[in-house]
Amino acid sequence: MNKNDIIQSDRRIESGEPLLELIDLKTHFKTERGLVRAVDGVTLSLKRGESLGVVGESGSGKTVLSRSIMGLLPSTAVKHGSVKFAGQDIVGFSAKQMRHLWGAEMSMVFQNPLNSLNPLMKIGKQITEPLKLHLGMDKATATATALQLLRDVRIPEPERRLNQLPHELSGGMRQRVMIAIALACGPTLLFADEPTTALDVTVQAQILDLIGEQRRDRNMSVILVTHDLGVVAGHTDQIAVMYGGKLVEHAPTKTLFANMKMPYTKSLMRSIPKLSDPSHTRLATIPGRPPDLVNPPLGCNFAPRCMYALPKCHVEEPPLTPTADPKHVYACWYPVGSPEFEKRDAELQATGYMPEDFSAVS
Amino acid sequence: MSDATAQANADGAASKRRLGVGFWIAVFWLFIVFFAATFAPWLPFKDPDNNYIVSGERPPYAPSGTHPFGTDQDARDLLARTVFGARVSLTVGLVAIGMGMLFGGFMGIMAGYFRGWWDRVISFVFIIFLSFPALVLAILITALLERSLRTISITLGILSIAPVGRIARATTISFADREFVLAARTLGAKNGRIIIRELLPNVLIPMSALALLGMAVAVVAEGGLAFLGLSVEKGPTWGKVILTGAGSRDLQKAPWIAIIPIIVLFLTVLALNFAGDRIRAYFDVRETAL
Repeated sequence: MNKNDIIQSDRRIESGEPLLELIDLKTHFKTERGLVRAVDGVTLSLKRGESLGVVGESGSGKTVLSRSIMGLLPSTAVKHGSVKFAGQDIVGFSAKQMRHLWGAEMSMVFQNPLNSLNPLMKIGKQITEPLKLHLGMDKATATATALQLLRDVRIPEPERRLNQLPHELSGGMRQRVMIAIALACGPTLLFADEPTTALDVTVQAQILDLIGEQRRDRNMSVILVTHDLGVVAGHTDQIAVMYGGKLVEHAPTKTLFANMKMPYTKSLMRSIPKLSDPSHTRLATIPGRPPDLVNPPLGCNFAPRCMYALPKCHVEEPPLTPTADPKHVYACWYPVGSPEFEKRDAELQATGYMPEDFSAVS
Repeated sequence: MSDATAQANADGAASKRRLGVGFWIAVFWLFIVFFAATFAPWLPFKDPDNNYIVSGERPPYAPSGTHPFGTDQDARDLLARTVFGARVSLTVGLVAIGMGMLFGGFMGIMAGYFRGWWDRVISFVFIIFLSFPALVLAILITALLERSLRTISITLGILSIAPVGRIARATTISFADREFVLAARTLGAKNGRIIIRELLPNVLIPMSALALLGMAVAVVAEGGLAFLGLSVEKGPTWGKVILTGAGSRDLQKAPWIAIIPIIVLFLTVLALNFAGDRIRAYFDVRETAL
């Protein structure tokens, strides 16, 4: 296996063809407590140029999922299933084999731009290093490319930035630099792991717009990992909702927002504060904690926290079921809109336990 | 981060950002000591081993125009002996901490970066070194081997591997978990590159501050060995010079023999500590600003 094979096979992937395919991907960690099923059977497919939002609470396995695809897991991890990147199964790739893909084919933007830049290395050097490493550029070409990249990510005075250290830049600026570094070698797949969580709200939108813009310009696929449904709403083509290491709902973005099936997805939606709410409105939360991934509950993972759970939910695990739209799948026995759900919803409304706007969300 | 804390941090950073007058005084003193020690044979100092006996007067002679630091009981010039003693003491200090940085630093970074078995084996070695009484080990080695400058330096060097290594390990661990190391990996950097380009510069800053402190410890340790009669055999060292004046009779009748080299040693160790401390605080700013 050499680098050329990988690049050639990648070049065949045109816009609209599947770039990444996960088939029943499982990532388990061996710990002293037992086997942690951090990712437990995820099947997904992402076309070139498309963007996917992976949404879930902390501990839902969304970060482990992206690291599993990239092969950035500690040695205690065990992977099953298959990860096809550009038609190649990369699940068993060693770090040495993955190194050809890292940076050049897939790269990552991290959550905290304060931590993800080397505090002692000048910005220019941090951008040019991968260029020299992967593309074999000489110093002058690499510097010119770095300048262009900084312009691409809308950094003012790019010439001056090259000689600055990370602590001289603001948080949003650092995240832009991080994006420039991730884009440097022209990857076909970009992971953005909570790229805006550490940033100011006003900067968040700018960064997300920037990632979207670069995705279109470069015909790149993006996997946006976040806990915030609001973040993915305007910036993705499809959304995968994860809970307890499993996919619980997966649909094209518009379909999902129009027709949420899984009570968990609805709860996530409710937990976003809305500007139209009167002030001092109590923010809806999901009671309880994410499931213990060593001893997951029998039946549906979400059942212990679900206000709509019926006896069957606690015994039998719901399979992923397609809706009328085959691209929209969900795992729930009594999804939103089913008679059981509506009956329970009416009860909850009557007892006043539910905030009234819950049904208004859809 | 709120505006108030950001402001507080900026203020803290600004005051810390200056090295201060004290630092420059310390550096000035260290410069004098190092300069005199390095060029002693070519500077107009008296011969440290010659007996400058004035007929009719019994040494030790008190400080005077001819002997600014006075002389010892054998009428040897104490200024010359202190300067030539500095050559030995500073060499011992430099070699000791250099060895500590080189071997301890290497082992510590390996342990901190690779963890797992590397870490277990190296940490175990460090623990053994730390639990072995340093003085006993030093006495053992110097008593068995010839008491040359090399033996003393290497002995103190071996003793500084474990403390330096533990700090290198801890610093490496704190940096290896930072996302920029993972980011470098996701960009295709190999382990060697990550260690040298990403980790080493970050680990070296706290280590370099420590090096000055460690050198101070080694200089004092040499004095301790001299007191036990186990320091370098030939020529003066600070420890040996102090020892010549340390008898209770001499301390009463001719206190300058011991006191003056003690002051020089004290000032040098103080300057090393102070400079090391200021450098550490100075570079900490980057951390707090992040």
